[in-house]
Amino acid sequence: MTAALRFDPIRLPEKCEQLRKEVRAFLAEEIAAGTFDPHKPNREDTDAPEFSRRVGAKGWLGMTWPKKYGGQERSFLERYVVTEEMRVANAPTRRFFVADRQSGPVLLKYAPEHIKMEILPRICRGEICFAIGMSEPNSGSDLFAAKTRATRTDGGYLINGTKIWTSSAHIADYMIAIFRTSPPTKENRRHGLTQFLVKMKQPGIKVNPIGQITGQYEFNEVVFTDHFIPDDHVLGEVDGAWKQATSELAYERSGPERFLETYYVLTELVRAVGSNPDTRSAEGIGRLVAQLHTMRRMSVSVAGMLEAGKEPVVEASIVKDIGTVWEQQLPHRVRDLAAFVEETATNRETLERQLDFAIKTAPKLTIQGGTTEVLRGIIARGLGLR
Amino acid sequence: MAESDNIVVETAEKIFADLADPQTINNDRKNSWQAPLWQALSEAGLPLSWVPDDLGGSGASLADGFALLNAAGRFAVAVPLAETMLAGWLLAQARITSPEGEMTVLPASPKDRITLDADGALSGRTRGVPFAKAAKHLAVLAHGKDGVSIALVDATKARIEAGLNVGYDHSDTVTLDKVQPVTIKPAPGGLDQTTLMLMGGVARSLQIAGALESMLDISVRYSNERVAFEKKISKFQAVQHNLARLAGESAAALAAATSAADAIANATAFNDEVYLEAASAKIRCAEAAEKGGGIAHQVHGAIGFTMEHILHRYSLRALAWRDDFGSESYWAVELGKLVANRGADELWPLVASR
Repeated sequence: MTAALRFDPIRLPEKCEQLRKEVRAFLAEEIAAGTFDPHKPNREDTDAPEFSRRVGAKGWLGMTWPKKYGGQERSFLERYVVTEEMRVANAPTRRFFVADRQSGPVLLKYAPEHIKMEILPRICRGEICFAIGMSEPNSGSDLFAAKTRATRTDGGYLINGTKIWTSSAHIADYMIAIFRTSPPTKENRRHGLTQFLVKMKQPGIKVNPIGQITGQYEFNEVVFTDHFIPDDHVLGEVDGAWKQATSELAYERSGPERFLETYYVLTELVRAVGSNPDTRSAEGIGRLVAQLHTMRRMSVSVAGMLEAGKEPVVEASIVKDIGTVWEQQLPHRVRDLAAFVEETATNRETLERQLDFAIKTAPKLTIQGGTTEVLRGIIARGLGLR
Repeated sequence: MAESDNIVVETAEKIFADLADPQTINNDRKNSWQAPLWQALSEAGLPLSWVPDDLGGSGASLADGFALLNAAGRFAVAVPLAETMLAGWLLAQARITSPEGEMTVLPASPKDRITLDADGALSGRTRGVPFAKAAKHLAVLAHGKDGVSIALVDATKARIEAGLNVGYDHSDTVTLDKVQPVTIKPAPGGLDQTTLMLMGGVARSLQIAGALESMLDISVRYSNERVAFEKKISKFQAVQHNLARLAGESAAALAAATSAADAIANATAFNDEVYLEAASAKIRCAEAAEKGGGIAHQVHGAIGFTMEHILHRYSLRALAWRDDFGSESYWAVELGKLVANRGADELWPLVASR
């Protein structure tokens, strides 16, 4: 075959099911204590630093990392279970989600030892929040067009330029960003960018909130003016960020957050139609559940490959492509099916409020973290078309 | 894909490659390839994979049999391999020995019923029975006053009206009118018509997934050969993105079908979790057959619309297989009812059960 795509059926081991019970019990307690409302999908508005610390205290942050950095040396499949349970419960994960999924693994791989010892345990304790500085006003999908400069100075670099669409920058303690240390070469336009660890809330960094069409202010413009970064905050090879950026992608692209973003409207639809649905509602729900189940099985399969030490970049891109298109369409399909829900359904208002929010959220889902077009390009390359 | 990690699949793939080369059999208007292929498959014991040794079969595991069906889908073979396997499986559930030769299974639709009367005779009309015309025996699931029975029936005792599905394979109407079976035994507890439909549905899902793998393969190959506007059409971004979507549909079908097969192969009962897996596989694979097959045709242009090209062997069969053992609409309604009945707060625990 040309395309050796694999999605082996993974069965979650018994220890995952035990963990799942613990996570559900913990979340039920948090809900009972009023930490968050599982019916309110505004997780992104909610900064919940105390919740973050309690999740850390449970040992559920950085749980796959080495123990000497505060991790638990548990499996990717266990992390998967924690992530999906948090997502489905609409838990306020914003403060720790990026650090746990993405920033921590980058530091583990590329940061000097003393930085790892300093920062990774704090991520595991749920104390610090990370942002990702990739996009700029004139470079989004085309990552390697970034222009924000890192200029050599005594003991480090001076940063000048602007990052944009940076989620959580307004609350973040750190950012992992790429800056230009050299111009691109004729042979390699991807050359010349370097990955840095940026300490936020420091002189020379200004964070300007940007209003989103959902009414939220969750992403930002981040302006750097002669901001100093010491040498030991360089992550990996100077000018060689292009070699490092792609390995993050399999983790970033295939997780449960790539199809569960609007899941809550499906639960609420099932509640609204009741136990004896008409044929139209039953068929609609049945199809959506079949599609959801299939994506989850694909996503779990990728997690299993990551656990086995593989780099399923194409499979992960397929999960994100199909998953994000699905979660984008979901609120509209649910709206179709809800059109004939009885006026008397007790959760009618909840469902309508959720649909309003999900419909406004939907457009971003196929843009953030790699657009559909970029993903299909990666898949096409995997098929041998490029 | 095409990874032969078990001996059953390896054997089958060798036979398919030797005797069912898609281009060769597509050129053969007299279907003279069918008899040698069936003979080779039978000699290798493949049609009775799911029948234990002591009941006349080769005693392969459920998992190996499912993998074999996936391989059969990749070659879109038009012989009653899946049907004989399912028939043998059904008979074995009641400890009935399988005869030699082609078999099929009925009912093949969840709405049709065969009844068993007090005299031990079987009656009923079942539509869309695959390869009934080619079958020497029928494995029948029947409802009587004491519950569900499984019977082996001589096909010559049935009235068979020939029909063709959209893939040009036999899909016949079979009528039993007070037919005395060769053998009949009560079905084991827990096995009913739904169980048979779920097994059949997963078999078809694996075949569809296999056909989509081949459609992806030949579409990618064609796009790398065909030149238009002075370049290979694989270099056009619009074509690349279409093929990426086809890969996604193929991947979804493969994941759904193999996951359901794995669930059944390791299940102790046909519970809600297995139901979710099997019904979802049939629904999602049927959707993939439509979307993925459509893209494969779009990439091929006019040549893919001809009888002389092999594409239709996969695309039309994948569409036809949607109809057997319950269509995706049927399963979606049933799955939706199950989900609604369990209640909103039990949906996620069901989805996250494996």
